Amino acid sequence: MVKAIQKLGRSGLDYISTFGRSGVFLLRGVFGLSFSAKGLQLLIKQLYQVGVLSLIIIIVSGMFIGMVLGLQGYSILVDYGSEQAVGQMVALTLVRELGPVVTALLFAGRAGSALTAEIGLMKATEQLSSLEMMGVDPMRRIVAPRLWAGFISLPILAIIFSAVGIMGGMLISVDWLGVYDGAFWSNMQSAVEFESDILNGVIKAVVFGVVVTWIAVFQGYDLIPTSEGISNATTKTVVYSSLAVLGLDFLLTAVMFGGL
Amino acid sequence: MYNKSVELIVGLFMIAGLLALIFLALQVSGLSLDSQKDSYKVYAQFDDLGGLSVRGKVSMAGVPIGRVSEISLDKQTYTALVEMEIYADVDSLTADSVASIQTSGLLGDKYVSISVGADEENLQDGDTIFDTQSALNLEKLIGAFASGQADF
Repeated sequence: MVKAIQKLGRSGLDYISTFGRSGVFLLRGVFGLSFSAKGLQLLIKQLYQVGVLSLIIIIVSGMFIGMVLGLQGYSILVDYGSEQAVGQMVALTLVRELGPVVTALLFAGRAGSALTAEIGLMKATEQLSSLEMMGVDPMRRIVAPRLWAGFISLPILAIIFSAVGIMGGMLISVDWLGVYDGAFWSNMQSAVEFESDILNGVIKAVVFGVVVTWIAVFQGYDLIPTSEGISNATTKTVVYSSLAVLGLDFLLTAVMFGGL
Repeated sequence: MYNKSVELIVGLFMIAGLLALIFLALQVSGLSLDSQKDSYKVYAQFDDLGGLSVRGKVSMAGVPIGRVSEISLDKQTYTALVEMEIYADVDSLTADSVASIQTSGLLGDKYVSISVGADEENLQDGDTIFDTQSALNLEKLIGAFASGQADF
């Protein structure tokens, strides 16, 4: 009985100290970015790995999600004779919700898991300790460029996702189903506000970018250096970041659009 | 692995993001670059707004000439006080203009329609339109018709 309570307390303390460690880790990583030529080169290489290589999956899924929204919106709205409103439906859905959220989920699966596995393998093969041995700070050399690359990439990917999705929705509803394109765009323009819809969507994407990258890099840095530890940490990255994204999305939506 | 072409591709990636944002701003939200249009304020009091909301359109002959900037309740007269921003280039609204609340389509948004009168003087910044028509209230209309009190 006493053992069980001790165990509970131990695991609770472990969780709290992991959380504290991750906070310190985030601060050190964020302020560890160096603006020397070498530091920027590292950042650009990570931007390529994390951002550019995620572009294909983002564009393809954005296109298909926009096309599905166009089809679904049309088939519902045509019953009410207001199929011109499909433009505003597609645009608001993408810009406010699906753009940031789906991008963050795909990003966690595509780039987040790769970050965790890469850093985890570095730790398991003791590359991180040998860097430290050589007098190179792994926070500056390994962690900071990856964190910043994630912070920068995700908002850009989310914006591209929304834009491509709207093009996809237009392709289906205007070119295929024959919605009048003047009404399509003008309905959209009168319904979408730049500050309250598009900027709030970008703010969401920035928040998700910080959270997903933070989780991914920290899970890699903090794992148990065995092959099982790496696989556990990669799973945790995807699960934790998906849950965090969906939960935060509810909170942010309540604050931004719910009139709280 | 690192070479100049990586820099180039990352640069293109950033530019693509910027272009997408510009597309969203201009084409999707209809943000016009000269959105800080000069305008002047005109007030009007209505008995019943019937769903008119802030940012609603103010139009004349169907052409947008401004927008509703604020709605409040006048506590003295218990009527709705609507503040409208009219574009500065529409400077020839007569002082006896009529403001009425209309609906675009059968179930569309409410907007304020202004039609001019014959006065020599024009509305200035801060003036009030006295001649107003409230929104057509379908429920009241049907109620009056059903109970036989219709006087039209």
